Amino acid sequence: MLAKNIYDVVVIGSGPGGVAAAIAAKQAGADDVLVIERDVEPGGILVQCIHNGFGLTSLKEDLPGPGYAQYYLDQAKALGVEFLLDTMVLDVTSQRKLYLSSQEHGYVDLEARALVMAMGCRERTRAQIRIPGMRPNGVFTAGTAQRWVNVEGWMPGKKFVILGSGDIGMIMARRLTYEGAKVERVLEIQSYLSGLTRNYVQCLQDYDIPLQLNYTIKRIMGKNRVEAIEAVQVDQRWNFVPGTEEIIPCDTLLLSVGLIPENELSRKAGVILDPVTGGPFVDETFQTNVPGVFAAGNVVHVYDLVDWVTEAGFGAGKGAAKFALAQKAAEQRYTPVKAGRNVRYVVPHKLDKQTLEQEEVHLQMRVTKPIEEDVWIEVHGENNSIVRRSERYVRPGEMVTVVLRPAHYAEVCKAGTLTIDIYPKSEA
Amino acid sequence: MEERNLICTACPMGCRLVVKMEGDQVLQIAGNRCRRGESFGRQEAIAPQRMVASTVRVLNGFHPLLPVYTKGTVPKKKIAEVLAEIRKVQIAAPVANKTVIIKNILGTGVDVVASRDMPAKA
Ligand SMILES: Cc1cc2nc3c(=O)[nH]c(=O)nc-3n(C[C@H](O)[C@H](O)[C@H](O)COP(=O)(O)OP(=O)(O)OC[C@H]3O[C@@H](n4cnc5c(N)ncnc54)[C@H](O)[C@@H]3O)c2cc1C
Ligand code: SF4
Repeated sequence: MLAKNIYDVVVIGSGPGGVAAAIAAKQAGADDVLVIERDVEPGGILVQCIHNGFGLTSLKEDLPGPGYAQYYLDQAKALGVEFLLDTMVLDVTSQRKLYLSSQEHGYVDLEARALVMAMGCRERTRAQIRIPGMRPNGVFTAGTAQRWVNVEGWMPGKKFVILGSGDIGMIMARRLTYEGAKVERVLEIQSYLSGLTRNYVQCLQDYDIPLQLNYTIKRIMGKNRVEAIEAVQVDQRWNFVPGTEEIIPCDTLLLSVGLIPENELSRKAGVILDPVTGGPFVDETFQTNVPGVFAAGNVVHVYDLVDWVTEAGFGAGKGAAKFALAQKAAEQRYTPVKAGRNVRYVVPHKLDKQTLEQEEVHLQMRVTKPIEEDVWIEVHGENNSIVRRSERYVRPGEMVTVVLRPAHYAEVCKAGTLTIDIYPKSEA
Repeated sequence: MEERNLICTACPMGCRLVVKMEGDQVLQIAGNRCRRGESFGRQEAIAPQRMVASTVRVLNGFHPLLPVYTKGTVPKKKIAEVLAEIRKVQIAAPVANKTVIIKNILGTGVDVVASRDMPAKA
């Protein structure tokens, strides 16, 4: 089991958005901050983005993705943020209860006073863009190939065509060239580049990798493994232009056709999504429509610069800490009242200490069974007795009342929970 | 006089630069939104420079590869050679972030350093 089952702020996802949120939450005064990550190490997508270009705005340094991630991870750890790795969040309720499956701890449930969703985004796949033709092996998303080449250390092919001019695709074109592969072509259906111009210059132009705008794939050829693709030009309405077909031999096709915010968990928590961004509707503190549920980074909308993801994370973390502290103050104002020995229930279920300081409070209860002899009715805390009075007998049909007075205020404050026991004096 | 159209890659803004040149002499640079664009344009027109990022093999590491990068820019013409040097390296885990992997690579004055901590295999 985990050390705690309630945290001030729980963050789902350890990418730059989540880590920034955790840092800001700590700095804004949250005591217990937990980051949950399904991968075996923290860092999110940045772990596989080994190229430089990160942190120019926020750190004034040109860092590779892993270095940028580590800068903030080191800071989070120094502040005492807790990390729970190799753990998948399976479900979340609108009351901020989380259900996790963890390699180390098994099935766990947790409560968060405030929650930050930072699950990032995932790539569009072939199924979502409908390319006709055969279904051979050798069609991957650019991000999957990036993970294999940069982290796991193996090359998915030798001769590549990349569909889509997104940043990940262009960056992979250069990376594959570095590793000795040939990138035959980058095809883009739109009339403009979908990634950054600087990536076109330093990833494609520098290595003479041809980019064709207004081009797409008509079909994929090959039985077991990709053998070629047929490229074709499209008009403004994306119709194929007859006579422009070209067969490009290759063994691997990479797709870099866009990212989708990963919001399945947000939906389970009752978060309403904007159909345009695919992410939650948020206010300026990145709070969603569900009170206490915040969102940071690519779950909100797809950013093109990690520096802005970090900045958004700081905003969400600060908002979450503020919410959590208000929640905690409200919890501390109240002391729960529990039915103890021979007591079936007590009303009220919790006591507002501020009220007790001013006026008397009546606790009313019923017993579980008749006790036909002298009894004690006792209200106590964990280590202190607060009030005790006697009764000649108690019966379930007759309600019992105990009065707490302002004079008891100091003793009540010492107790985490008030418990009421009713028992025969002979057993005292 | 020659006019060259370049794109500044010094930051993600990607400004379009127009560089007026006379032989190897840069006469004027326009289109940059900041001072860094000016020096980038001058360099790019004469002798382009790039940062290089790749990986080296790790023995007994948490992952089989360690990402590395050149702490500064190296001449674009030398990228292939830089990569060949990087490919020769093999290092044993654990490695700390920013550890120098190759000092002054190919006499460029630039070090190749680790991009992250790489713990040893558990
Ligand atoms: C393949 C790919 C390549 C990219 N390359 C670049 C690039 O080169 N440059 C750039 O600036 N940006 C790049 N991006 C954009 C990049 O996602 C952002 O810059 C940045 O990483 C977003 O940060 P984030 O914290 O929002 O999400 P992420 O970094 O994606 O982190 C989200 C984390 O949440 C975890 N998670 C998700 N669901 C759960 C769950 N249910 N339980 C537990 N953990 C969960 C994931 O494992 C992940 O670690 C890339 C994105 C992708 C998908
Ligand atoms: S000129 Fe300045 S703002 Fe424009 S791309 Fe270059 S560095 Fe960025």
